[in-house]
Amino acid sequence: MTFIQKVWAIVWKDIASELRTKEMLLSMCLFSFLVLIVFNFTFDTGLKNLRENISGILWVAFIFSGLMGLGRSFGVERDKGTLHGLLLCPISPWGIYLGKMIGVFIFMVVMEIFTLSVFTVLYNINIIPFLLPLGLIIFLGTLGFATIGTVFSAMSATTKARDVMLSILVFPISVPMIIALVKATYIILWGGAIQEIYPWLKILIAFDLVFLLLAYLTFGFIIEE
Amino acid sequence: MSKDNYIIEVRGLVKKFGFKTVLRKIDLSLKKGDLLVLFGPNGAGKTTLIQILSSLMLPTSGKVWIAGFDTGYDREALHKVIGVISHNTFLYNNLSAHENLKFYGRMYKVMNLRERIEEVIGLVGLRGYMNDHVQTFSRGMQQRLSVARAIIHDPLIFFLDEPFTGLDQHGVEDFKQILKKFRDQGKTIVMTSHDLDRGLELCTQAAILKSGNLVYKEDVSNISQDDFKDIYFQHTGEQKMPVYVY
Ligand SMILES: Nc1ncnc2c1ncn2[C@@H]1O[C@H](COP(=O)(O)OP(=O)(O)OP(=O)(O)O)[C@@H](O)[C@H]1O
Ligand SMILES: [Mg+2]
Repeated sequence: MTFIQKVWAIVWKDIASELRTKEMLLSMCLFSFLVLIVFNFTFDTGLKNLRENISGILWVAFIFSGLMGLGRSFGVERDKGTLHGLLLCPISPWGIYLGKMIGVFIFMVVMEIFTLSVFTVLYNINIIPFLLPLGLIIFLGTLGFATIGTVFSAMSATTKARDVMLSILVFPISVPMIIALVKATYIILWGGAIQEIYPWLKILIAFDLVFLLLAYLTFGFIIEE
Repeated sequence: MSKDNYIIEVRGLVKKFGFKTVLRKIDLSLKKGDLLVLFGPNGAGKTTLIQILSSLMLPTSGKVWIAGFDTGYDREALHKVIGVISHNTFLYNNLSAHENLKFYGRMYKVMNLRERIEEVIGLVGLRGYMNDHVQTFSRGMQQRLSVARAIIHDPLIFFLDEPFTGLDQHGVEDFKQILKKFRDQGKTIVMTSHDLDRGLELCTQAAILKSGNLVYKEDVSNISQDDFKDIYFQHTGEQKMPVYVY
């Protein structure tokens, strides 16, 4: 119980701090908005083969703007010198990890809701009928991304070229997840049978669990100097 | 295992950064209620020692026990009983003074947090700034709030790295009162300082660190400030008054 309260205190602190300036949320939303706009100009929305690309576009927008949030997650704690204050609190490294990860997850979900609304308008797709399966896929993808990203955010917080390092580390590892996400989203958006997404769903769930476990096992070493 | 009569025990502590040895075989033991001030020139290794004592850094070799906890292992339990002030204030700029204390109070699971925040913020003289953002605080005000943050969970042991930094006269006096109160309550304090007079005024023990060696550690309750100055310069090899040759 105490553990959950402390994890929540970290989440609350990050959200309260972000809501003061909204710096990160605004730049994340702006970025994904631009991605959607640029692709909208590049492709003719009437084309048939656009359908294959469209789910990829959505995930490009999600993942790249998610990276902006990730870079700041531990980066800001390091820059402002608050990381040591956090490490001195009586909570396990896993607790710190969870708190920061849930924060990133929430910021990404806010950005994704915004992005999805822009997406439906720009690409003229009604997502209401498949909101549930789509939501599930996005939930799993965002969780996986926040899980991996938070580990690397802590790792790269000490390096100078933080954002570059973060992308270099996160992308190769997320490739299987990204493929599963794009495929599953494609099936959902174009009205495929729900059973068709099961294999991808399994991959996503396995991916999330494996990386949560890895984070649990390794985060203590990662955050230590 | 740590001996029960020492609340802080350091044995054979060595710290290296790459090839550079910053602390050389430090042995140090303190009893409950001791107030040790660490003196030493810039770069002597005072901050490094404080960081190792507070478990923010691991020693290259040697062992550190604080209140019976090994700093390498029992960190969570250790963190409950120590309060740390460092060069950084550990404060979140976008949050108000109250929110900062609320966050740390929750992390330490402080009982009656609301009243406790009122209390510590009063102790450091920031009652009127409760809801102002830390961003708008001067350096000295941030340092005061940092004091409030470090004492919010009423720790048994304090590690203070130049805690007087940025404090004005009133701030210094307020903080001295806080330290005296803690000393009388039997709390153990390790503090670094560059101000010989101010440091000596409060402490029961003084230590001098020079180039990573602990060259002096004595009970100084019976030593006058002038005598200690001589001792300090003897051990650090610095001159009392700079002699300029033109
Ligand atoms: N992270 C680090 N990497 C490499 N060297 C370091 C690191 N931190 C400290 N040092 C070195 O260790 C030595 C002791 O530094 P430390 O900060 O402990 O000194 P100090 O006694 O606190 O000095 P000051 O009075 O200036 O605060 C210095 O020579 C410093 O360059
Ligand atoms: Mg120092």
